[in-house]
Amino acid sequence: MNTSEKLSVNEQARQRLGIIVAGSLEAGIDVKLDGKISVEDMAVGRYVTIEGRKQRFFGMITDVSLGVTDPRLTLTPPDVSDPFIAEVLTGTSTYGSLHVAPYLTIGGDAAGLVAGAMPVKTVPSHYSVVNLASQEDVELVFGKEDKDRFYVGTPLDMETKICLDLPVFVKRSNGIFGKSGTGKTFLTRILLIGMLQKSAAVNLIFDMHSEYGWAGTSEGGRTVKSLKQLFPSKVAVFTLDEESSKRRKVATDFVVRIGYDEIEPEDMVLLRQTLNLTEPATEATYQLRRVFGKEWIQRTVDLQDAEEIKQLLTATSIHESTFQNLQRGLATIGRLPFLVPHSPDNPVKRILEYLDRGLNVVLEFGRYTDITAYILVANLLTRRIYAQYRDRMEKAMGEDAAKPTPLVITIEEAHKFLNPEVASQTIFGTIAREMRKYNCTLLVIDQRPSGIDSEVMSQLGTKITCLLDNERDIDSVLAGVSGKNELKSVLARLESKQQALIFGHAVPMPIVIRTREYGSAKSYKEFAGEADVKGKTEKDIEELWQ
Amino acid sequence: MDRIGEVIEASTTSFTAQCYELYQSPALGSLVKTKEGAVELYGIVNNASTTSLEPGRKPIARGKDEATEEDIYKANPQLNKLLRSEFSALVVGHREGDNLYHYLPPSPARIHAFVYACAPEEVKEFSRSLNFLNILVSSQLPVPVEELVSATLRQMAPAQPDPRAFLVAAGKELAVLLTDFNQLKAILGRLK
Repeated sequence: MNTSEKLSVNEQARQRLGIIVAGSLEAGIDVKLDGKISVEDMAVGRYVTIEGRKQRFFGMITDVSLGVTDPRLTLTPPDVSDPFIAEVLTGTSTYGSLHVAPYLTIGGDAAGLVAGAMPVKTVPSHYSVVNLASQEDVELVFGKEDKDRFYVGTPLDMETKICLDLPVFVKRSNGIFGKSGTGKTFLTRILLIGMLQKSAAVNLIFDMHSEYGWAGTSEGGRTVKSLKQLFPSKVAVFTLDEESSKRRKVATDFVVRIGYDEIEPEDMVLLRQTLNLTEPATEATYQLRRVFGKEWIQRTVDLQDAEEIKQLLTATSIHESTFQNLQRGLATIGRLPFLVPHSPDNPVKRILEYLDRGLNVVLEFGRYTDITAYILVANLLTRRIYAQYRDRMEKAMGEDAAKPTPLVITIEEAHKFLNPEVASQTIFGTIAREMRKYNCTLLVIDQRPSGIDSEVMSQLGTKITCLLDNERDIDSVLAGVSGKNELKSVLARLESKQQALIFGHAVPMPIVIRTREYGSAKSYKEFAGEADVKGKTEKDIEELWQ
Repeated sequence: MDRIGEVIEASTTSFTAQCYELYQSPALGSLVKTKEGAVELYGIVNNASTTSLEPGRKPIARGKDEATEEDIYKANPQLNKLLRSEFSALVVGHREGDNLYHYLPPSPARIHAFVYACAPEEVKEFSRSLNFLNILVSSQLPVPVEELVSATLRQMAPAQPDPRAFLVAAGKELAVLLTDFNQLKAILGRLK
């Protein structure tokens, strides 16, 4: 864009839209559009500034409507084929109006400017002028790209870079939602890149469809580079399916093998639904673990002799059908090729080693995209990592030792882990609720947020959502957000690609963004460039102290 | 300045003037002015009439043997003295010194004050503000308001640098002033 184009965009951005005519803090503000402004140029999700007498307000257009001063105009419409009559009536007898949700205020005095944007607590006075927010306004509210802020996209119809403060972002668990094919994966990739560049956190990604490690595909079938290709020195790819990784020519760092003896009854709780286990069957696992010790799975599956089974069942008072149900379930697990009777290496230890070195770990599932495998592995590893983190954090608090590096665990198909039936029992529910204190948070990715426990949803700090059109999903994502109804209309009208609504902890107010480009050579360069800048700054600082 | 007549009747809201020449009254809706001391009064012509000089003496038909209407006047030169043309103007504003006000002056015009037609420059200056429309639409006149307003705007438009923009602006002002949409529609229809 050349300078003159930029100027014209800026002028257009400062455009006066109209004046405030009514409204309330609760229900939002009504703006009557000036005659020369066409309703067709307006769009929900756009930002406006309102020049109140004492302070400036920052809000978002949530509805656009048409009005007439005289009902006769609707009953016997005038002859608008005459451009003169049409022009006279526009903005006078017939007018457009906007509904604006105010979110922030910026004080007019020096103290207000220093304090920055504050949540809105009142409404602007009558006839305050409403302008389309300019690039500078948006920048003032969302901040510029810097060492903490990562550029994720641009607002609709604007060139300003919207940045997320990533150290703030990773302090809480976050969620990315959206229908299938709306760009969740691309958005997640962008955020992961941001996190590995600008936050002090490391990521552990349970990569169900092997999209985040080496390469992924876009909907058009084009291959796009993923984390390891872009940042080879910062990312390690672990795989459960070595063969698949090799076929895809992915340079893996470690092949994960899990021993039966590492699986504990607690790991089975989550699998109840996918393995069709009954409640008593999951209970029985504890008894079997007590009887058989560490090799309980292997021995339960191997137990075929009727006499022995009978003895066991009498001793443990497990019902026969329960035992059969459990045996069937365990046999399903037993068929997973990455499970071995005894693992030569400890994957948890390995993952922690990498994470401690500041490397981000992507665990590819290869061909094992079956949900059973995903739940089993994610749950099993996370439970152990969680235990380690808690121990270390408690130790750090007690002995004033170094705290573990903040960890962000990315899980897909989150409703399988966090549905209301299991959320209270699983490790992911615990992390979402309280692990922030232990430097560990979740990044949940899901297409059916209504399936996630409402308690967990309410604990998510920042929610990023692409298009959702199911009423229940929209409701669950927006639960507890102020101005929910207004956001609902914004959310339901997102484009099906490359657009997302961000709201919550890491942004001062909800914002609709067009996500930044990902997948072209230029975009890779930009991502890499940002990393270089940060590296260089760090180097410069180091040199300064030498 | 084009002197066209003399005030023969005056009130706060309007004045009536007799034309110096028969049938030479200014067009309906045109801007005229007269003076009251240092104050210049602006009026908009809302009605014109030609009647017999004496109320009791009605004109009679005279053209039976004449070929054209003109011939009647040629044959009866006294007619120009026995008939008179009058027009009345609604006061819509005044000027005191350099300041132009679009509301009623403190006192009405004086009898025998001269009345002038306003030049396009003056019309342009006066119509910079459309506040006078309020007086027009709220007046009680023998001429329908729609007719007067549209005639006024039609008269003023050619003096503007952009006649169409002027009419649109006036239309918008009227859309706000008029509560009756049909009235607005009638005016807009007469502006074409």
